[in-house]
Amino acid sequence: MTDRRGFIARTLAGASTLLLSSCYDLSEKPWFTNILGKVEDLSRTAQHLFAGPHTLAPEFTKADIAPAFRVNGTADPGTPEYQAHVVRGFRDWRVTVTGLVDRPLSLSIDDLRKLPARTQITRHDCVEGWSCIGEWTGPQLALILAAAKPRPAARYVVFYCADPMTAEGDPEHYYYESLELSEAAHPQTILAYQMNGAPLTVGHGAPVRLRAERQLGYKQPKYVQRIELVADLKSIQGGKGGYWEDQGYSWYGGI
Amino acid sequence: MLTVKSLPQPPERLRAALGLAPPGPHYTFRRHSLWVRVCHWINAVCLAILLMSGLNIFNAHPALYWGSNSNFERPSLMLGAMENGAGEITTGVTSIGTHQFDTTGVLGASKVDGQLSSRGFPSWATLPGPNWLAMARQWHFAFAWLLVFNAVVFFAYGVWSRHFARDLAPTKSDVAHLPREIAEHARLKFPHGETARHYNALQKLAYCLVIFVLGPLIVLTGLAMSPTMDAAFPILPWIFGGRQSARTIHFICAFSFFGFFLVHIAMVILSGTWNNLRSMITGKYVIHGKEGGHD
Repeated sequence: MTDRRGFIARTLAGASTLLLSSCYDLSEKPWFTNILGKVEDLSRTAQHLFAGPHTLAPEFTKADIAPAFRVNGTADPGTPEYQAHVVRGFRDWRVTVTGLVDRPLSLSIDDLRKLPARTQITRHDCVEGWSCIGEWTGPQLALILAAAKPRPAARYVVFYCADPMTAEGDPEHYYYESLELSEAAHPQTILAYQMNGAPLTVGHGAPVRLRAERQLGYKQPKYVQRIELVADLKSIQGGKGGYWEDQGYSWYGGI
Repeated sequence: MLTVKSLPQPPERLRAALGLAPPGPHYTFRRHSLWVRVCHWINAVCLAILLMSGLNIFNAHPALYWGSNSNFERPSLMLGAMENGAGEITTGVTSIGTHQFDTTGVLGASKVDGQLSSRGFPSWATLPGPNWLAMARQWHFAFAWLLVFNAVVFFAYGVWSRHFARDLAPTKSDVAHLPREIAEHARLKFPHGETARHYNALQKLAYCLVIFVLGPLIVLTGLAMSPTMDAAFPILPWIFGGRQSARTIHFICAFSFFGFFLVHIAMVILSGTWNNLRSMITGKYVIHGKEGGHD
């Protein structure tokens, strides 16, 4: 009996190892990952079809706000430059809007605060699977983009951040992200400077972070310094449109 | 010299269990249509890959919650690990509500390259083997699409060919026979002869549950986890009581599918392995007795 059980266990383990190792090999074959990439296009197209450019992410009430909103990714950029901004209360922080625009902008946090603000209580969905509800306040990005007068060739909005993703602070590896122009102009896409009624903490992206409520967390960068409108993402850093995308994550972050 | 003919014939019970052609009069009939067979095997591959890539995705945050928020202090289920003073992983702990179980080696902590490591599910159960969220998500979504396409074909076929109405819908006599069937299944006595031409009540119940309840539920709870789908259909997370509840139900559905798989395989083996297997490959099923006759 024990022998037979041992044999069955060995057979099952062997079959599982064979299946797993062949799947692992497939995961590294370009022809196969190309197919998986096509599936990402299919998901994006289908979701665009259902969601359209204007449907809103569900909004919640103050009672739903998470008591402990998890700090994920960078908890503190930790560079001397950022530290200096913290000490000065982000007085000299600038968010610039450049690239394929007719009127490049350079906005201080005070400038952002003077714009009409949107406050929304939304659910933050991490790619890992957890969620936290928080209240965010800031101007709609659509307002700022309109003021910068995008050129017709602009297709993507790229966000460059102050948090280095490597110890050396190699400029190639600061966090960055990108959205389609339509998602960047969505009514719930805001440059949030306030969370749960208070200025953003360092852990949550002080002084300003992006909220794009129909997207996963990694599509909503913290510590935003520079916004660039581009026609193509290929020439930027790893060419995949974001720090995590360059590590293999899907550029489309609605699923 | 021993010839094939002189070999002792396996006893009748074994022959029946293996699903070998019975010695007496028998005939074959086409039990499963080509559509059903193709859909069945595509489904089998999809479910295996979806389960294993799903476990890899789960490993990125091996805890479940109820509601819209993740209350990190009070998970419904958590596969965690404990370490000693030197920072070495020593114990895998599975928590369900306030109950804790030592599951070292399998859940919470299992060996990676000979070293006990903090891992929700062990590497032999996940696809890919190493924790690799980005790749596991791509596998999962690719085979989720295939599963849904396959389901659309199967549902269209099932309605159009009357497969659902004719073969799957329980009848009044099915309901009446249910208690007796449960008793017979428990004694591992399975229908033979003419009665084996149709699904029995327990089969119909199991297949209907999987096809019409579990299948749609796992797809809908999967979609409810997508922030863009929640914008398109806010009712999605609402009906499941929030995104985290939807994730928990998705997980329960996945293991219900796995439970169905285990029982399904056991039934296939116990009620005539080869006859069953062949009928899902070539379609042919051997029936004991004369065609049109009674047992």
